[in-house]
Amino acid sequence: MIYLKLLWEFFKIGLFTFGGGYGAIPLIRECVERNGWMDEEMLSNMLAISESTPGPIMVNTATYIGSMQGGILGAVCATFGVILPAFAVMILFSVLLKKVLEKPVAVSVLSGIKPCIAGIITATGIYMLISATSFFTDINSLIITAILTAFYFIFLAVRKKPVSPILLICVSAVLGALLEARN
Amino acid sequence: MNIKPDLFLTFAKIGAFTFGGGYAMISLIDSECVEKKKWLTHDEFTDMTAVAEATPGPVAINCATFVGYKMSGIIGAVLATLGVVLPSFVILLLISMFFEDFLKFEIIANAFKGIRIAVSILIIQAGVKMLIKLFKEKEKRAGNIVFSAVFFSVMLTLNFLGIDFSTIYMIFIAGFLGLFIFRKRRENK
Repeated sequence: MIYLKLLWEFFKIGLFTFGGGYGAIPLIRECVERNGWMDEEMLSNMLAISESTPGPIMVNTATYIGSMQGGILGAVCATFGVILPAFAVMILFSVLLKKVLEKPVAVSVLSGIKPCIAGIITATGIYMLISATSFFTDINSLIITAILTAFYFIFLAVRKKPVSPILLICVSAVLGALLEARN
Repeated sequence: MNIKPDLFLTFAKIGAFTFGGGYAMISLIDSECVEKKKWLTHDEFTDMTAVAEATPGPVAINCATFVGYKMSGIIGAVLATLGVVLPSFVILLLISMFFEDFLKFEIIANAFKGIRIAVSILIIQAGVKMLIKLFKEKEKRAGNIVFSAVFFSVMLTLNFLGIDFSTIYMIFIAGFLGLFIFRKRRENK
């Protein structure tokens, strides 16, 4: 049944994501592709929307995918699934686990997980970029990549802080609309 | 105001006004819950964010649950969590209903071809930022470099070959390796 499936899939995503929404992206990507819910292009559209709307990225993607697959009830199930682990863990933490995370075992496990996640996120981003440029063959995408990368570093050098996701997305939208319209 | 509706409304406001994920939210939670409402002390806030990052799930949910539970038990935790989720839920529900129709306009479809690139760059940037932070840790630098390099290569290879191997297994393997390698090193000291 789609509702239980959404609940279970997003429960797993919520349970295995540490340290913010970007960590969830490899898991979300794997989930939608395994279930045939989205292709690479739809996934990227959805991520753009999730990053330019308020709220946690994980909640945004859960609501979106849930709604696409199972309407409002689907959105409720997916969102409930993704927040359940965090909710339960924090209640447990407040009641009895206060010192658990300082234990050597927990510290060691997290020391392994953190670099693994950083590596996985970077690899996912690079693969998505390669796939968005059709394996470096689409000229327009390559031009957009070059301009955005230059914009990112110039902004960083001038303003001393990274460009906000929303601004970068807006610039890329204008570039896409201009360049693709030539064809 | 009664604490229960106040929790819900405060967290709904936090949920509605933070863009770009959990870390942006932390500063807003600080100003609302610590500075303005005095629901948490500075020390409690620091502990909470450390725990939120080390435990699974969205950081915003962790924080909302923690503050809600502290102020008003389970009901408080439920209300604060619902509050922080509700704005995103409503907005994304509406967008998901109309988005496919929007893409029928050629100019919007074209714009999203550009946006696809920006999204990939943002993801790479998030990963690289984490890597830089890990490589700056003096004590575990070597381990961090090896771990992230190995999992980076494995993930990229799996993607290229189209092999279906769950990321969850990789996180498990990393956790186990961390347990053995970093634990042992600590004992040797």
